[in-house]
Amino acid sequence: MPILKADAAACQGYASCVIAADDYFDIDDDGLVVLLSTEVPEADRERVDRAARACPAAALRLEGA
Amino acid sequence: MTGDVVIVGASVAGVALARTLRSSGFTGRVRLVDRETEEPYDKPPLSKGRLEEPVRLLTRPEAERLGLELLLGVEATGLDTAARRLALSDGSRIGYGALVIATGVRARRSPWIGPGVHVLRTLADARALHADLAQGGDLVVVGAGFIGAEVASTAIDQGCRVTLVDPLTSPPARVVGQSVGDRILTWHERAGVNLRLGRVVEALDQLADGISVRLDDGEVLRADHVVVGIGAEVDVDWLAGSGLHLEDGIACDPHGRALGADDVGEGRVGEGRVGEGRVGEGQVFAAGDVARWAAADGAPGRRIEHWNSAQEQARCIAATLLDPERPQSPSAVPMVWSDQHGRTVQVLGAVDPGVEPRLVEDGDRLLALWDDGGRVTGAVSLGWPRGALAARRAIANGAAVTAVVDTVAPREAAR
Repeated sequence: MPILKADAAACQGYASCVIAADDYFDIDDDGLVVLLSTEVPEADRERVDRAARACPAAALRLEGA
Repeated sequence: MTGDVVIVGASVAGVALARTLRSSGFTGRVRLVDRETEEPYDKPPLSKGRLEEPVRLLTRPEAERLGLELLLGVEATGLDTAARRLALSDGSRIGYGALVIATGVRARRSPWIGPGVHVLRTLADARALHADLAQGGDLVVVGAGFIGAEVASTAIDQGCRVTLVDPLTSPPARVVGQSVGDRILTWHERAGVNLRLGRVVEALDQLADGISVRLDDGEVLRADHVVVGIGAEVDVDWLAGSGLHLEDGIACDPHGRALGADDVGEGRVGEGRVGEGRVGEGQVFAAGDVARWAAADGAPGRRIEHWNSAQEQARCIAATLLDPERPQSPSAVPMVWSDQHGRTVQVLGAVDPGVEPRLVEDGDRLLALWDDGGRVTGAVSLGWPRGALAARRAIANGAAVTAVVDTVAPREAAR
């Protein structure tokens, strides 16, 4: 199953991931990405991959996608 | 061969389109043509100090795995829409079923050239600049738009002494309005950037030991390096005579179909079915910075130089190619971002710099909100990610300013 990974050092809190898939991503008060789930079932793969690619800071990756 | 897709420009729009076609099940031929020899890379990080390892949009192994053909180091030099053929700089001509032009824009040429004088648009530009900045010394940045401001911030971090010159007295105000713009200027001042605002560079001369930059008030700045960040311009000369409508970029309908390509407006759409590799049938599309999409109601649009808009336009084109009966139009809230002196700027939706916004503050975090009398239409966040997120949702949903304020600063709303 594809695994979602976040690079906390790269995250700038732009929240484009949250807009694209708020069932997988949120941000905390400091703007740091919070992964709500890291295992992505096949049915969500394309949507979550797109959300990860929407990150302006390239802080997100869906591995095995 | 009419079923294949040729994409000119391995830009964020071009690569997003290629990926989306594949993830949507399209099995036809997809070729990406780019004048640069580099594996496709992301441009926004280039001014933001993250250069050691460029962010790749697509690697060769990945392209191979996805069945995407990369034609790198060749430039498109001409287009014959009637014959559905693209001329390339290596002398070859390639046919297409559907063509998507996503070549972006280029840095406006510097009126001055010479050693130590840089523009910044491509990875090669960025590598040359950062090699120079690594030596320290004095940097003069001409033009205080977002890219100039980001370069100033990056260079200060690298130990350079930095002077930022711009003809406007408050350059960021042109985008975000006076009060927010003034706030951004204080970041530069606190970081130690020398500001020369309301000043025009009159001459730039090479000296034995550097560069002299003469301003219109007579001041002469000595520099080891100069960055000329005076905007970007479209480059569509190669499309002259193609029939495409070229007025400030490539004019398109609300779905990105270029006007003037032979079958736009004649009701002829592709006969493609997903998986069959027959799409678009001669259609020409444009996406990203080079494209000027009409508004949803058909009114003439304007070019949008936004990274997220480029991605969304690419997705719309992919969907329209694969299901021409239901052509797509963008719906996402436009977003521009910038990193300066360790802080983030986010510009969301439609911001009118001539109108003073409602300001919400929390410590040194600031959210500026523009509304149309009821609903939030635009916002700027300075270092306030949750504020920006609330505003972005409000713009998308047509929520009121009070709803945003209530979300991000309940105490203030209760007052």
